[in-house]
Amino acid sequence: MILMPVLGAVLICVAFAGLALGSAEASLHTIFNALWQRHGHDTMLHTIIWQIRLPRVVLAAAVGASLSLGGLVFQALLRNPLAEPYILGVSGGSAIGAILGIMAGLPSFPGISLSAFGGSIITLGLIMLMAGSRREMSRDSMLLGGVMANAFCGAVIMFLISMTQSSQMHHILFWLMGDLSMFQNRQLPILLTILPCFVVIFLFARPMNLLLAGRENAAALGVQVKKVTITLLIITSFMVSTVVCQAGLVGFVGLVVPHIFRLILGPDHRLLVPASILGGASYLIVCDILARLLPSEGEMPVGIITALIGAPLFIILLWRRRR
Amino acid sequence: MNPVALRNIELRYGDSTILQDISLTVSSGELLIIIGPNGAGKTSLLKIIAGLLNPSTGTTEIFSHHISSYSRRELAKKIAVVPQEIPLDFPFTVLETVLMGRAPHLGLLGFEQKHDNEKAWQAMEFTDVTHLADRRLHHLSGGERQRVIIARALCQDPEIILLDEPTAALDLAHQIHIMDLLERFRSKRQSTIIMVSHDLNLAAMYGEPVVLMQDGRIVRHGPPEDVLTRDLLIKTYGCDLMVDRNPLLKTPRILPVPEKCKQ
Repeated sequence: MILMPVLGAVLICVAFAGLALGSAEASLHTIFNALWQRHGHDTMLHTIIWQIRLPRVVLAAAVGASLSLGGLVFQALLRNPLAEPYILGVSGGSAIGAILGIMAGLPSFPGISLSAFGGSIITLGLIMLMAGSRREMSRDSMLLGGVMANAFCGAVIMFLISMTQSSQMHHILFWLMGDLSMFQNRQLPILLTILPCFVVIFLFARPMNLLLAGRENAAALGVQVKKVTITLLIITSFMVSTVVCQAGLVGFVGLVVPHIFRLILGPDHRLLVPASILGGASYLIVCDILARLLPSEGEMPVGIITALIGAPLFIILLWRRRR
Repeated sequence: MNPVALRNIELRYGDSTILQDISLTVSSGELLIIIGPNGAGKTSLLKIIAGLLNPSTGTTEIFSHHISSYSRRELAKKIAVVPQEIPLDFPFTVLETVLMGRAPHLGLLGFEQKHDNEKAWQAMEFTDVTHLADRRLHHLSGGERQRVIIARALCQDPEIILLDEPTAALDLAHQIHIMDLLERFRSKRQSTIIMVSHDLNLAAMYGEPVVLMQDGRIVRHGPPEDVLTRDLLIKTYGCDLMVDRNPLLKTPRILPVPEKCKQ
């Protein structure tokens, strides 16, 4: 496929744009210089690029890729093109887990990662119970359940943060609207844990295709439906909870990106998985650039941008399906 | 070595018994048609043969081996299932759908090879859908879609094909077309076909043999002229009907009697 190298090139370009754009302007030439000589000049720009913008761009890429892929997997497993980690409340569950971990004074790795993972698994378990309790439960009512789970998680997050005086706790807005600015270079290794998840999900691309034709159809075509479903759900919740710990709740990315690629590439997951990873990374880097540049002073949480794009798309998709 | 042998199958959900006392042997090359009133347990029986449903008691043997001794993938190489409908929420093309039939023959990630594509085109030619190859499934008519799903089953290269009312939603021409196609495939490949149908006349014309079910039991199993008798059908379906000979095939022909013809 010609599209993958193109998406790779796009990702590299927007990453450079992410390094170059900001309140302190930098030319491509100075960026190359600054990137090349890590410990060379101790200029202001050098520090900004290495200490502030680079971790931020890497985090945006990791969050965008993980959330897009998470959306893609949930859409395949629930056979619902509107499913997405944020809409289903899985991101919210992770955030509650992470906040409880912080309040309990756990170390950021593995303690808080695990408590966030636990939170996402619990919400996901509840959603799957709802989805499985009736044989043919309307898929829209499952979505409605997810939306309510999401609202409930938001309330719990605000409740918990209001109750604690902990100095470690970030701002409420960080958790509810997502924020990429708190991230630092020393947290980068945590993001490496999501790379194996990408590989495993790619290996399950074909079974995901078959699952779109229904569970019984997939089983009749040789898929071990239960095993595949459980593995994918666990891997995906881990991936989502990992990025939620670092970036808070960034919504609708997993809705927008897979939808665009499904329009271009069709429903084959062997193409959609790599496309969602590369495209999702680029998408969130661009959203983050907008979040930095649009306000005349300071910046806004990136979740505002993704919700402004994603929520209308959700409504359009819902409306088109009802017709 | 019989493709399918069921012994003393019983299926219960809570208090209700769906199937009981089912023993059935299907020989190689048969086109077995299961008929019976609504709720007789036909579809459940088909799912048990496919391994998609586990019976409460009893055993299923596929080619003389217990069905649980096969992995899902091995079973999919032996048995293809044609469901009544497949979900259409995701816009796969006809060719992509047919190629899914190759899944049990491929590795975890392997993209389809030339050989797999050839199989798919052969299957599509057989069911006459090659001209639709690039169309999306949800843009097709019911009859076209049914032919695509049957092509997927043929592409799977199975020894047994199970079909759940493949002609239910089709007009007369497509019904006959699909039945002829299945019969042609059976005689060409010596494969075994088991299908559920509501159409007694189709069962009479094509069934070799026919199985009549009622209330979760097999009432009779044999050639159409032994199963499709007036007395037995009246008793099973609870409606008045006449049975005479089909002038073309000499098989039974069933005619329900409407109320206005009764004295």
